[in-house]
Amino acid sequence: MSDEAVTDDNAGSETTARPEVNQQRRYFLIGATSAVAAVGVVGAAVPFVKSWLPSARARAAGAPVTLDFSKLRPGEILGPIPAWRGMPIFVVMRDQVVLARLEQENADLADPESDNADMQPDYAVNPWRSKRAEIGIYVGLCTHLGCSPKYYGAVQPELFDPNWQGGFFCPCHGSKFDLAGRVVKGVPAPDNLEVPQYRFESETVVVIGETEGIA
Amino acid sequence: MPQAQGRIPRMLGGFMEWVDARFPATETFQYHASEYYAPKNHNFLYLMGWLATIVLVNQLLTGIWLTMSYIPSSDGAFASVEYIMRDVEYGWLLRYLHSTGASAFFIIVYLHMFRGLLYGSYRKPRELLWLIGMVIYLALMAEGFFGYLLPWGNMSYWGAQVIVSLVGAIPYAGPGLMEWLRGDFLMSGITLTRFFALHVVALPLVLVMLVFVHFVALHHVGSTAPDGVDIKKFKDQKGKPLDGVAFWPYTVTHDIHATVVFLFLFCAVVFFAPEMGGYFLEKPNFEMANPLKTPDHIAPVWYYTPFYAMLRAVTYPLFGVPAKFWGFVVMVAAIAIPAMLPWLDRSPVASMRSKGMLSKAMLAIFIVSFLILGYLGTVAPSAATTALAQVCTVLYFAYFLLMPWYTRVEKTKPVPDRVTVP
Repeated sequence: MSDEAVTDDNAGSETTARPEVNQQRRYFLIGATSAVAAVGVVGAAVPFVKSWLPSARARAAGAPVTLDFSKLRPGEILGPIPAWRGMPIFVVMRDQVVLARLEQENADLADPESDNADMQPDYAVNPWRSKRAEIGIYVGLCTHLGCSPKYYGAVQPELFDPNWQGGFFCPCHGSKFDLAGRVVKGVPAPDNLEVPQYRFESETVVVIGETEGIA
Repeated sequence: MPQAQGRIPRMLGGFMEWVDARFPATETFQYHASEYYAPKNHNFLYLMGWLATIVLVNQLLTGIWLTMSYIPSSDGAFASVEYIMRDVEYGWLLRYLHSTGASAFFIIVYLHMFRGLLYGSYRKPRELLWLIGMVIYLALMAEGFFGYLLPWGNMSYWGAQVIVSLVGAIPYAGPGLMEWLRGDFLMSGITLTRFFALHVVALPLVLVMLVFVHFVALHHVGSTAPDGVDIKKFKDQKGKPLDGVAFWPYTVTHDIHATVVFLFLFCAVVFFAPEMGGYFLEKPNFEMANPLKTPDHIAPVWYYTPFYAMLRAVTYPLFGVPAKFWGFVVMVAAIAIPAMLPWLDRSPVASMRSKGMLSKAMLAIFIVSFLILGYLGTVAPSAATTALAQVCTVLYFAYFLLMPWYTRVEKTKPVPDRVTVP
């Protein structure tokens, strides 16, 4: 035993003393091993990172929802407020007076023509931002930081705006939207309220979350 | 070591010899305690590191006990907190110790950092010590944020919704990143269990390790003295600094007195004002999370409000990117910029006791701005408060960004050789 150890020791010191050690090969081997290990670490991280994406159950829970709005009257919002993908959905009915007002040119709005294509399907690019003029359907989350705005449908002076023309007001940071969900200039919210995809199943039933033909 | 007398001391001495041959017990104790010297004129502000450790232990202990009765699910969380408050023996006390501990932690950490600003604790050779401390501060903010969702009250819910939505302000990647963080299209039970895992396992581990590294770095470079002098300059024949006292037993017994005073105040809050008028526990949180109803006024817990006020103070879009993204950038910058202090301070002296009027004035302005921002972050915004927040945000950054200039031009006082004892 002890003899062997002595021999090993001698062999070791001989190697380090040798001047012709190939340093380049050593660096290459260290570099190559480290690179392979780094790739391994990145690969191993994939399941951990991907595990945070919405699960199959969460995606299934995000399926379209069917709403019956037969009890909705002009000037009202559907209550209790329904949810789609856990998000509050505003369904409002507007009378002819409101629709006429929405069609008028309004210099106070940031995006009156719905130019930002991300915020609504093509069929909602119109002054009332909806498929049927009288029925407005919007995702009830402020485009600023995701609070849920409150519905102030009547034309009357409000604490937050003496010239209020009816619409939605976000209590968190004071963003204002008109009755078509269009954002007013100079508030924190950058965009109009989002319009979800939807299709009408009958005169008073709507399916939120899918469009005809695409579902 | 003096010769051990008697049978039992001799046995103990023998035991320690046996241990020391296998584990550096005596050596470690000497290095970190009995032969670690702190300046003898340490004042009130130097207690904060010790007190932060006490509160950390409180949080770990009460946290583990709360976990025994808490249920992390969207159906069970709110009810289990009520169960802890009403039915679990001393559950109310454990929860109030934990929630008050969170606020106490931040009060102490802010004072700890203020001490650093006042006496130049971040300067060479303590740059790494300061940076490790900054990472602890970030981890602590994250820990508080994840923990705040767990009671699943309505403010927990919407507060987390607002903060996660900040990430959505990042151009292009934002919305996808938001979904990834929440694991759902909106805050839900999935987000809750995830935050629970981070709050009770991941971040406590990280925090404890970081605090350990913070100690190691501190004991390598030593504590600063309020005068900005290095006590290692003057030592006696045995190598003990003349102006230092050993951590064990002197600093420890001194700090235990402070702990008693601190616990008096802490318990007064726990027993008589655990909600602190809505600042430590916010009122809408006594109602269960409701994804369809935002509380009328959303404000984060007080320790985040200065940064929240800065976030809201940015109201101008720039380069075609909405203002909310720039608000997010300003907020992140405001949290991160103290990490640059070691390289911003160009003064020849470390302590505010030797620095000139400009440094003193800038520090005072900075503290006042920070406090005003902290208040503004708790109230609903109006045109006037937004304007004030904008001014304070500029002053906050001015303290840091003008530092290379004002620390160089001002007249400083000479630094004494030895510490001054009042």
